[in-house]
Amino acid sequence: MSDQIVTTAKPESWDDQRIEIIIGTLLRTGVILAASVVLFGGVLYLVRHGHEIANYSTFHGEPESLKSPKGIVHGVFEVSARAIIQLGLLLLIATPVARVAFSAVAFAIEHDYMYVVITLIVLAVLSFSLFASS
Amino acid sequence: MNILEFTGLVALGSLLAGFLGALTGLGGGVVVVPMLTLVFHVDIRYAIGASLVSVIATSSGAAAAFVREGYSNIRIGMFLETATTIGAIAGAAIAMHVSGSSIAVVFGLVLLYSAYLSSRHRDEHDPNQQSSKLAQKLKLNGTLPTPEGKLPYNVTGVPAGYSLMFGAGVLSGLLGIGSGAVKVLAMDQAMKIPFKVSTTTSNFMIGVTAAASAGIYLNRGYVAPGIAMPVMLGVLAGSMIGAKILVKAKVKVLRYLFAAVIVILGIEMIFNGATGRL
Repeated sequence: MSDQIVTTAKPESWDDQRIEIIIGTLLRTGVILAASVVLFGGVLYLVRHGHEIANYSTFHGEPESLKSPKGIVHGVFEVSARAIIQLGLLLLIATPVARVAFSAVAFAIEHDYMYVVITLIVLAVLSFSLFASS
Repeated sequence: MNILEFTGLVALGSLLAGFLGALTGLGGGVVVVPMLTLVFHVDIRYAIGASLVSVIATSSGAAAAFVREGYSNIRIGMFLETATTIGAIAGAAIAMHVSGSSIAVVFGLVLLYSAYLSSRHRDEHDPNQQSSKLAQKLKLNGTLPTPEGKLPYNVTGVPAGYSLMFGAGVLSGLLGIGSGAVKVLAMDQAMKIPFKVSTTTSNFMIGVTAAASAGIYLNRGYVAPGIAMPVMLGVLAGSMIGAKILVKAKVKVLRYLFAAVIVILGIEMIFNGATGRL
């Protein structure tokens, strides 16, 4: 499949294609990692709590240990099934952020500085929202 | 219903949501929120938290499959993400001052309007479409893989598309959804980007937009692991299947399916907003 791409595309779009394939692999790796952690925590959670009654009809907010990255990591060390699930979800949230960071590097390698700036703006906005919420 | 049954049923529903989400470019979120609130009677705030997670899973999971096909346009995506992420932060800020019911009604109307626009007939790919100067400067024009080789397409309507993208970001931060419908509307209708490029690039962008607000929702305690776990895993599996079918499916069928899904969701949003359930 990669042979076909090289022969049918112009040099500059080949770079684009290569970047997109690397980004696609990065995203897939991040998602597989996150899903594996969530699945592991989920199985543990069902084994421990599967027979309990599910009640999510009223909102009471998650405890502090399941809200902040610090609390989640602390919970993981105590082998809390719910904290392990949250860790997987944190990894999932980090995946698109990593994608943007990688794109900035990729555009720099391509000497496309206009898109380096555009990508860094997106990264700054993402960092702001994560920083502002903590 | 015990937790085991609840988890299994939510995972099954999420599988379907992820499938529809990837197929239409809507993202799983818009299907997940009505399913969790109407079918499983989950509190709307938990539903939004799980929805955001599923939105990221759909986007990242499907993007991995899409990029190999060469449909998504990374420059269009990145450029428009400056609008969607800033919009997402603005949306989260607005969400603290406006009632959920009125937001739901407005959003329902936006969905119905976008369904109307989407169902209007338009020639699929116009090779004579002229590129605007701004689109050229931003290097937004690209190529579409077809059986006959790579077909170039031109982009126009950048300011209109960019404004719509900001609005898509606001709705995403406000409701915890990917706003794929508005994203596809902006690219397909305003910027004249081919439909398959619009849906796949939209899928690609949704994860970054959702990440801009996901941290905030997690910190507010809107992400319950017991709900988010089956939703994320179900949606992820569904979106992988949906991505495989999208590449084979005919565009005309896609457009009708797309319009039908957003009509149903629009009515659902208005109804739940008007009855004060959302």
